[in-house]
Amino acid sequence: MARAASKTSGNRSRSTGKGAAASAGQTPKAPKPEEFDKEQELHAYREMLLIRRFEEKAGQLYGMGLIGGFCHLYIGQEAVVVGMQMSMKEGDQVITGYRDHGHMLATGMEARGVMAELTGRRNGYSKGKGGSMHMFSKEKKFYGGHGIVGAQVPLGTGLAFANRYRGDDSVSITYFGDGAANQGQVYESFNMASLWKLPVIYIIENNRYAMGTAVARSSAETDFSHRGLSFKIPGIQVDGMDVRAVKAAGELAVDWCRSGKGPIILEMQTYRYRGHSMSDPAKYRSKDEVQKMRSEHDPIEQVKQRLLASKWADEDALKAIDKEVRDVVGDSAEFAQTDPEPDVSELYTDILL
Amino acid sequence: MPTEILMPALSPTMEEGNLSKWIKKEGDAVAPGDVIAEIETDKATMEVEAVDEGTLGKILIAEGTEGVKVNTAIAVLLGEGESASDLDRQAAKPAAEETKAADDSAAKAEPEEKFSGGSVPAAPELKVAADPDIPEGTEMVSTTVREALRDAMAEEMRRDGDVFVMGEEVAEYQGAYKVTQGLLQEFGDKRVVDTPITEHGFAGVGVGAAFAGLKPIVEFMTFNFAMQAIDQIVNSAAKTLYMAGGQMGAPIVFRGPNGAAARVAAQHSQCYAAWYGHIPGLKVVMPYTAADAKGLLKAAIRDPNPVIFLENEILYGQSFDVPKMDDFVLPIGKARIHKTGKDATIVSFGIGMTYAVKAAEELAAEGIDVEIVDLRTIRPMDLDTVIESVKKTNRLVTVEEGFPQSSVGAHIASQVMQRAFDHLDAPVITVAGKDVPMPYAANLEKLALPSVAEVVEAVKAVSYRN
Repeated sequence: MARAASKTSGNRSRSTGKGAAASAGQTPKAPKPEEFDKEQELHAYREMLLIRRFEEKAGQLYGMGLIGGFCHLYIGQEAVVVGMQMSMKEGDQVITGYRDHGHMLATGMEARGVMAELTGRRNGYSKGKGGSMHMFSKEKKFYGGHGIVGAQVPLGTGLAFANRYRGDDSVSITYFGDGAANQGQVYESFNMASLWKLPVIYIIENNRYAMGTAVARSSAETDFSHRGLSFKIPGIQVDGMDVRAVKAAGELAVDWCRSGKGPIILEMQTYRYRGHSMSDPAKYRSKDEVQKMRSEHDPIEQVKQRLLASKWADEDALKAIDKEVRDVVGDSAEFAQTDPEPDVSELYTDILL
Repeated sequence: MPTEILMPALSPTMEEGNLSKWIKKEGDAVAPGDVIAEIETDKATMEVEAVDEGTLGKILIAEGTEGVKVNTAIAVLLGEGESASDLDRQAAKPAAEETKAADDSAAKAEPEEKFSGGSVPAAPELKVAADPDIPEGTEMVSTTVREALRDAMAEEMRRDGDVFVMGEEVAEYQGAYKVTQGLLQEFGDKRVVDTPITEHGFAGVGVGAAFAGLKPIVEFMTFNFAMQAIDQIVNSAAKTLYMAGGQMGAPIVFRGPNGAAARVAAQHSQCYAAWYGHIPGLKVVMPYTAADAKGLLKAAIRDPNPVIFLENEILYGQSFDVPKMDDFVLPIGKARIHKTGKDATIVSFGIGMTYAVKAAEELAAEGIDVEIVDLRTIRPMDLDTVIESVKKTNRLVTVEEGFPQSSVGAHIASQVMQRAFDHLDAPVITVAGKDVPMPYAANLEKLALPSVAEVVEAVKAVSYRN
């Protein structure tokens, strides 16, 4: 996936003709990822591991029948949310679609509350009334968790509208997938965001498959960083498996928005190891393809190897982190099984204020 | 303690599957994410991945076994420092006990079943305040519905800086139907925002801004175009408060002309009262008079919930008395007795009221004294007022322009039948638009809409006065 990061917009701005020349001058180049220091590497390692272990546990609980409905796991894509979170500041908002567990953990939402929501219990983030795809945290500025593909894009644009209306410098980080990128409302949002110079970063998490449909089978333009060209929104392709590349691109994008230049697109080239949802046998791709991504590009393994090579951590230290993460996840799973279901009186609450 | 690996469910409906293949052998090291086995259901073949790290100690269910129940232990995983001797102790358990263990683990997964019992709690009763008293001697000003709506928005925008208007042609053009006239001049383009023609998009932008705490008024040039935005209205605006366990909702007003105008044919002539009235999490208001339009729009803007505010192009130019008061706000969810009477009740709302009022005049001439209830709000619906009136008159006719199936009137009829059956002296008649797309031809259009004559006839029918 590293091939992607070096692709800059310089070439395409020459080919887009006169009309785009003015904005092309502003199109930023993909930043070169900076090396992380020890603290950053350890932070990224722990955060990504937490998401991975959490998702594996969620998969297990689903298999036991403790989690109902749909359950879309984020395994493989961890570097995207962790790298972005490292580039944001307090007050920036996050909104995404239904594959949302990783985003919530990255924003600092408690594993217990997320897992208890997955099992539909009263101390889940939505009191058990939202489930896997619909969770929110006003405190952590996480605006959901949306189950309709692409619907979060106008909503995230609206968050940015509110930021501009209030004159604060917060940025809306609006995530969606390569599948959602073909929804019409995405382009309606692009148009308004650019027209009104709204501070929104559109993060297209290109994990190569919209459910079972490969990008090339669904998308006339498979370079998603180009998807904003008609709206004069610059875009950058990022190696979404390298947390350093994500953070560097995130910082550029956040600065771009805060300085009043309007929206920007980051295409995160990533990969989902598991099926679209738990009940997807993933027959649309080869086992070799999955295995190759896992063994050669795994976002967590990359950090682990750097930590060992730099001697910032040895196997024992990493095991200790692993144990700490397992304990957090184990505790959340235990909590999610013992926490009671919502009281029946909750059936009729929270419909109207 | 060795960990049991259980037969997983691949979907909430799966009860059993076949263990088609073991990928790992006894004694193999296993890391999280490693594929250890393949299982098969009638729908798919799936890989079972390890969650924990360890060594595959013992395979309990041989490959090729069919009909393995979900949550049966299929293998045992040894953790670090655990040896085969730990396993032997487990293996020594009699087979019967093993089956029991499987049953137990299945039972473990079901404790929530026990919590689910109990009867369905009653829906909470909604308490809505009565209309405010209008002090003796208050000046009444003849005002068009259009001006009343504009005044309501202007007053609320002066009162609260978080209120803004967005929509197509709301600013520089002064409103496609001139409802937002003058707002741009007073409040500027930050708060009166012209949007591109992009209903789905700007409805979503409005909802997002409302999530962040602003109070948008989203104008649809007509509600026919809001069909493009209905997903954002229903799925994002109406449901978020519930799905967020009360953490955040959308204080937003969607407003604009609704229903048939004149000679604009099928795609531009549709009443959405029943559509939005169907959705929990929305409030739906459909005023008739200018005073109600003003007082209810002010209430809608202040309401912390998403409110659908259905106006009517034909009513925009009609004038009614509006009390000249500093802050005239009416309660959402309260019907208004437009005219008292004793012989029959007509329930209507919005432009349907024009038929009701004229019919009542004609019927009065024939000695039938009709009571008219103007619902004003479709959701939450003030059925108490309707039922009180029915208890008095024992006869009910509903009037609306929308399609007849699953109409607002159909809902009222069913509720009155359930709650006041013994008070009815005749079956309820629901007068509605005809069950056809709105035709363009003038004569056909007239036939497709309800008429005063139909309402008169219906009231006579429920009064057995034909």
